[in-house]
Order: sequence, then C-alpha cells, then structure tokens
Amino acid sequence: MATVGLETNNQSRPLWLLAELTYRCPLQCPYCSNPVEMAKYKNELSTDDWIRVMQQARKMGATQLGFSGGEPLVRKDLEVLIKEARSLGYYTNLITSGVGMDEKRILAFKEAGLDHIQISFQASNEELNNYIGGTKSFQHKYEMARLVKEYEYPMVLNIVLHRKNVDQIKDILDMTVDLNADYVELASTQYYGWSRVNIDQLLPTKEQLIHAESVAREYQEKMKDKMKIIYVIPDYFENRPKKCMNGWGNIFLTIAPDGSALPCHAAGQLPGLEFPNVRDHGIDWIWNDSPDFNKFRGTSWMQEPCKSCDEKHKDLGGCRCQAYMLTGDATNADPVCDKSPFHETLHNDVKRIDKLSGNKEFESKPLVFRNMKNSKDIMTDKKTPEIV
Amino acid sequence: MKLENETILEIVPTFRVQWEEVQDCYVVLYPEGMVKLSQSAGEIMKRIDGKKTIIDIINDISATFEGADVTEDVMKFLEVVYGNGWIRNK
Repeated sequence: MATVGLETNNQSRPLWLLAELTYRCPLQCPYCSNPVEMAKYKNELSTDDWIRVMQQARKMGATQLGFSGGEPLVRKDLEVLIKEARSLGYYTNLITSGVGMDEKRILAFKEAGLDHIQISFQASNEELNNYIGGTKSFQHKYEMARLVKEYEYPMVLNIVLHRKNVDQIKDILDMTVDLNADYVELASTQYYGWSRVNIDQLLPTKEQLIHAESVAREYQEKMKDKMKIIYVIPDYFENRPKKCMNGWGNIFLTIAPDGSALPCHAAGQLPGLEFPNVRDHGIDWIWNDSPDFNKFRGTSWMQEPCKSCDEKHKDLGGCRCQAYMLTGDATNADPVCDKSPFHETLHNDVKRIDKLSGNKEFESKPLVFRNMKNSKDIMTDKKTPEIV
Repeated sequence: MKLENETILEIVPTFRVQWEEVQDCYVVLYPEGMVKLSQSAGEIMKRIDGKKTIIDIINDISATFEGADVTEDVMKFLEVVYGNGWIRNK
C-alpha cells in the first residue's frame, strides 16, 4: 500500500501497524501480495489477541492502523476491533474490496469510529474487473464507493495496474473522478507473491508505461485541487531501488493472520527468519529485540556493492524480498539497482516479456488466480516458479 | 480564501489533530499518513475548533507566550495549511 506523507523518524518506531486479519477473501486477484503459501496460515488470532496487539503497539507510538487481509470484512469482529482501535487513538484505515459490505455495516463502522475506507477496483469496466477479481463484484464495489462518500469518509480508491488493465488508465481515472475520490492510488503491480507467479501475464510493456504515465500526469495537473493522484511505476523499470518499507524495522509492523510479526507483508518468503508470534511475545520485544526485526535494520548487514555505496542511506539497499527472489541471497543489493551484478538479468527478463507481449500464444497463457486451492497446489507440487 | 481576523476556522473532518504522548508532539492524521507538527504549529492547530476566530487564536497564543506578537507567524501558517486542505471556514 502507498504511504502518503508519513514522516520518517530518527528513532525507529512501529508507527504503522498493518493488521492482516485473515487470508480468506472472496476475490482471487492474480497479483495479490499475500504469500503464495497462504493456505498454511490457519489458526487466526482471536479478538482478544488483536486487542492486545493494538494496545501494545499503540503504547510504542503506533498511530496508523490498517485493517487488511485477505478481506478484513470476513471477520465478524471487525466492528469490535475498529471500536477498540479508535478508542486507543489510532487513525483507523479499512483496506477492502468492498465485497461483504453493505450500508448497514458502513453505518456500524462509522459509529465504531472508523476513519477511512479504501476500496480497490480491478478495472474500470465490469467485464475486466470481474475477470481479474475472479468474482462478480463491480456493481457492488461501485455502489459501496458511492456510499463511502455519502457517509463522509475520506475516500481512497486503489487500482492495481498491470498489462491487462493499464491501457484503460483514462477510463479508470474518469471513474475515480465520477466517484469523487479524495485520493487515488494507481499502484503498479509489484512482483512478489502471486504476481511473481503471473509475471509473464502482468508485466506491462515499456510503451504501455509511457502512455500510462502521461495520462496520470495529465490528470494530476487537471485535478490537483480536488483529488490527489499517486502514480508509481513498477520498479523493474528503474535504475535505483525503492527505500522499501522506509527501511526494515523502521516504521512498519505487519501482523499476519496467525500472529506472525513481520517487518513487511511480503517478508514471509525470506529464509532464515523466525517469525516471532504475538501469542508468545510482546510487541516491544518483537520490535526492539527480536532477531528478525534487527536482521536488515540500518546498514551493517550489507555487502558489496551496497556496503561502500554513497547512496546506501538513501535506499537502504532496496527491497530484501526482491534481492532474495532475484539473486537467491537476501543480503544482496536489490537488482533494480544498476550497480547490482544481477541488474542485467532482471532487465533482460523485462525485455523478454516486452518482446513476447501481444503474441497470441503468450497472451493466452492462463493466469494463476489467488485462491486456497491454487495455494495448496503450489505448495504440494512445489510449482513455485523458477526465478533466477 | 481571504483569511480575515473574524474568520472562524475548523479542521476539515477528513483530518484529525491529536496529541501523541510517545512522540511528544501534535500530529495531523489522514488516510494512511501522518505529519508531525512543530511546537508552534501544534499551538495553532490545537486551537482550531470551529468556534474561535483567527483573532481569538492569535490573542490566546500571544497570552500564552507572554504577550509576544505572533500575528504574522500565525497568518502565514494558516495560509499554508489552508492550502494543504487541513482547515476551512466554519
């Protein structure tokens, strides 16, 4: 999720608590950032567990709380959790597909003190939206977005962009204007989790990106007093990596549905982590003392080319998951960086997809949708795609 | 908008201003974001309540800081945060 203006602190604090309440979800988006192995996450935290986590993190300075998933609306105790979070002083964000919501629930959330609802759309037309989401959800989402505005929540619309919908960017932006969004996140797919499995089908071409960027800039200018549009290009096309999560163990704390604490919602795939669980440890220990949260904190873990790089404080070596996925070693530089010896391999892969896209046979390769069955299949068959 | 002495200001409802004990400052919260306020910014923002006029706010701050003339600083700050969309006319 994009972060709007969250200030970095000198001292690391878990300012942003992401509560992944469940991995159950009625949608099946093939770019989902949940772990591909999500089927093994059973035994969801109880209401009391979540309340304890929220209290402990708040004490350490957490202010932003994201209720996320999976689909957080699946949790029947969501209203209770919102109420508790709000009374603790959190700014509460509900990050949802809108499926599982109705007017009654929107009102109940309002009464519980929910600050903000972010609804995702998969596309600007019904057919593509429903295909990508793997459910018939477009009309319902549209209606929910309208109600979010009616109940005076600030409205953030999130649209994940990829090769199959990025050419519709103008229609997508017209839709967000029509819905009176306050913020629009045009989030280019990042290639972790499910989207990495589907990268051949999802990675946009260079040409598509140039077009999308020009349309996004046009709307940013046109709507600048009414709507804040955040457009981020996929970092595979960059030469310097992003300062991923604003630094490992710096401001972000993710709690997975089973209570595992992670510095980033994609970090579950990294080898050598212990995944401290909130059932066994307090947030204070997890954040300050656990080996996981210290593993890539700061710069002392780095090796070359990061170690002696004069830009190392700027991006902190980029994304650890990307480094691991693309080089096999999480302590390497993120290959997005052109100082990485793996940069060329990454760009060759981008070029390969660019060249093949549009090819009928290549485009007809089916998407692997995000659902528990595919998750189990991938785990049992070890069909995790070869990447390096 | 022209900010006049008698203008009554309020915080735009999609933003929230609150004191953060751990960080020892006021913050402005909004969807997925937070801005920490300096001490003087906090002194101004915490007084915007949908009741006070700008001159009330200026006088109140001035009284708190031993009669200092804060008019220019307050007006300048209000123009900036008005531009940010944090405050509006009541």
